[in-house]
Amino acid sequence: MKVHDALTGAGLAALGGVVLWHVQSFPAMPGQKYGPAWFPGVIALGLVVCGMLLALRARSAPWLAAPEWLARARPRAAFAAVLGGLLFYVLAADTLGFHLTGFVLLLLWTRVLGAAWRLAFPVALLATVLIHLAFYKLLRIPLPWGIFERFAF
Amino acid sequence: MTTAVLLQALAQVFDPYVLWVILCSAAFGLFVGAVPGLTATMATALLVPVTFFMPPVPAVASIVTATAMAIFAGDIPSCLLRMPGTPASAAYTDEAYAMTKKGQGELALGAGLVFSVVGGLFGTLVLILAAPALAEVALKFSSFEYFWLVVLGLASAVFLAFGDPLKGVVSLLLGLLVASVGLDNPAGFPRFTFGNAELAGGLTLIPIMIGMFAVSEILRNVARIDQPWEMAQARIQNIMRGMWALTRRYPLAILRGSALGTAVGALPGAGADIAAWMSYAVSKKFSREREKFGTGHVEGIIEAGASNNSALAGAWIPALVFGIPGDSITAIVIGVLYIKGLNPGPTIFMNNAVAVYAIFIVFILANLIMIPLGLAAIRSAKHLLRAPRELLMPVILLFCIVGSFAINNTVFGVLLMLGFGLAAWLMEENGFPVAPAILGMVLGAMLEENFISSMIKADGRFLAFFERPIAGALGGFTLLVLLVPLARAWLRRRAATRP
Repeated sequence: MKVHDALTGAGLAALGGVVLWHVQSFPAMPGQKYGPAWFPGVIALGLVVCGMLLALRARSAPWLAAPEWLARARPRAAFAAVLGGLLFYVLAADTLGFHLTGFVLLLLWTRVLGAAWRLAFPVALLATVLIHLAFYKLLRIPLPWGIFERFAF
Repeated sequence: MTTAVLLQALAQVFDPYVLWVILCSAAFGLFVGAVPGLTATMATALLVPVTFFMPPVPAVASIVTATAMAIFAGDIPSCLLRMPGTPASAAYTDEAYAMTKKGQGELALGAGLVFSVVGGLFGTLVLILAAPALAEVALKFSSFEYFWLVVLGLASAVFLAFGDPLKGVVSLLLGLLVASVGLDNPAGFPRFTFGNAELAGGLTLIPIMIGMFAVSEILRNVARIDQPWEMAQARIQNIMRGMWALTRRYPLAILRGSALGTAVGALPGAGADIAAWMSYAVSKKFSREREKFGTGHVEGIIEAGASNNSALAGAWIPALVFGIPGDSITAIVIGVLYIKGLNPGPTIFMNNAVAVYAIFIVFILANLIMIPLGLAAIRSAKHLLRAPRELLMPVILLFCIVGSFAINNTVFGVLLMLGFGLAAWLMEENGFPVAPAILGMVLGAMLEENFISSMIKADGRFLAFFERPIAGALGGFTLLVLLVPLARAWLRRRAATRP
């Protein structure tokens, strides 16, 4: 997705402005010239200047240009599935647990990317079990069990 | 270096467990490098959660080996599919593919392998000689010198990245802004945390890196999922034939590529990919057969192939001596070094001498075993390149989830990975280079800390930054690096507006 430079520039300048306004509330260091507001303040100022430069020298182009693959069904679905799936993991993993969420996501992703059921299902199952063995058992990473806590093994 | 230290280091590397780790990492690196769309940096990011549970030497060894193998293996699909396996092979992908089309695929693959090894060993030699010597000097550095080093690193990241310098600066500023989140500043004041406990410690870099290097790459990959890979040449034999003749014919190109690669690698922000582009351009410029470039000529492949592998070792010089990453791989490595108690800095050569020399030995070993393992990878290229993307990408994604979760054991890491993955994808789509942002995130705290403590020492006088001899020279050089491109742009614009 291509965003027009003028739009990006305006956004960056606005971000810089908001940060500049926000750092005003940071406390000063007694007896010292450079407090916690100084460093982010300089960065924000830089963002305002660069954002304005970017907007000023922008050439004419569409405000938003969709990438060419967006017109094709499979890449579009795959892209959405990756982003949506990751977001789903963030929201659901603590409740549903890693094992169920991970398995469901693997099924979703392999299917959307074009794998047949007879491959997608065993791969999803095997990968989940292997990650469980390698990371939960061997490396002792506390992957969440969620509602399956009492079945934990 | 005393013999006792060297013997201890050798004993640490030639331990069966470490050798096993090296072998597995080599196979992993060859695979990741040979599959287009999986990069050496991604391999590093994916290795991090695994290294958590290893002792320091095997942890670092796994990253060194995997990245060296991946950068070489990137040449394989360049020759056979006209797709670089990692961005470091992109500079000469068309050339290598043209050679395959002419029926010289074996020569292109062989040159990629042999001169990767030569370049890698050259870079390692420079690393071994230069890093301890530089550390001797760096022991005398104060916050003034470190401040200029960081600024110099950030400036070279912006100006060495290809494309638009203004967009590079924006990328850098965004990275610095991310670095300023949290309590980790000289005043200890919680900045931009909005009362959130997850943000108080600052944004954790590893999930961010996994997002920016792995998730964004997967997003680019799935957008091309309906385009099949087509292999140009199925039969490969006699890869090593003609390599000695090439070495005797192009000694200067090999040396120049290795030297330039090491130097570019050592400069912060620029790594193997930029080294390869620069070396390919240099090779073409100084070649006696310039007209043959682009038609399937091996000279550029030799020089750039040596260059990208030497850059890997070069990048470790500033990473070990100053804690300033030379490329995006060492940006991740520095995090691993801290976790393992091998804090980078000039004193690492005194406090952790055995571990450092073990790392050097691993570098040599990794480049040596590249020949047999690389040959095996080339022979099995047909199978490697048939890796089903529709199964591979989902499994890598789940691996990324576990990796970014494992750092703090919270799902917030996964959210960070998602956010920064999407952001990096958007940035690249719009021509904003990602490397300056990474460097900004890694070096932000160091920049602020050294500036503030220098200012306290100097009582607020800016001129103090130029008063110590090394600081003055570094400062002058930094200003030059900053001002020369601006002056050149201004002159060019003036020339363009004149009738």
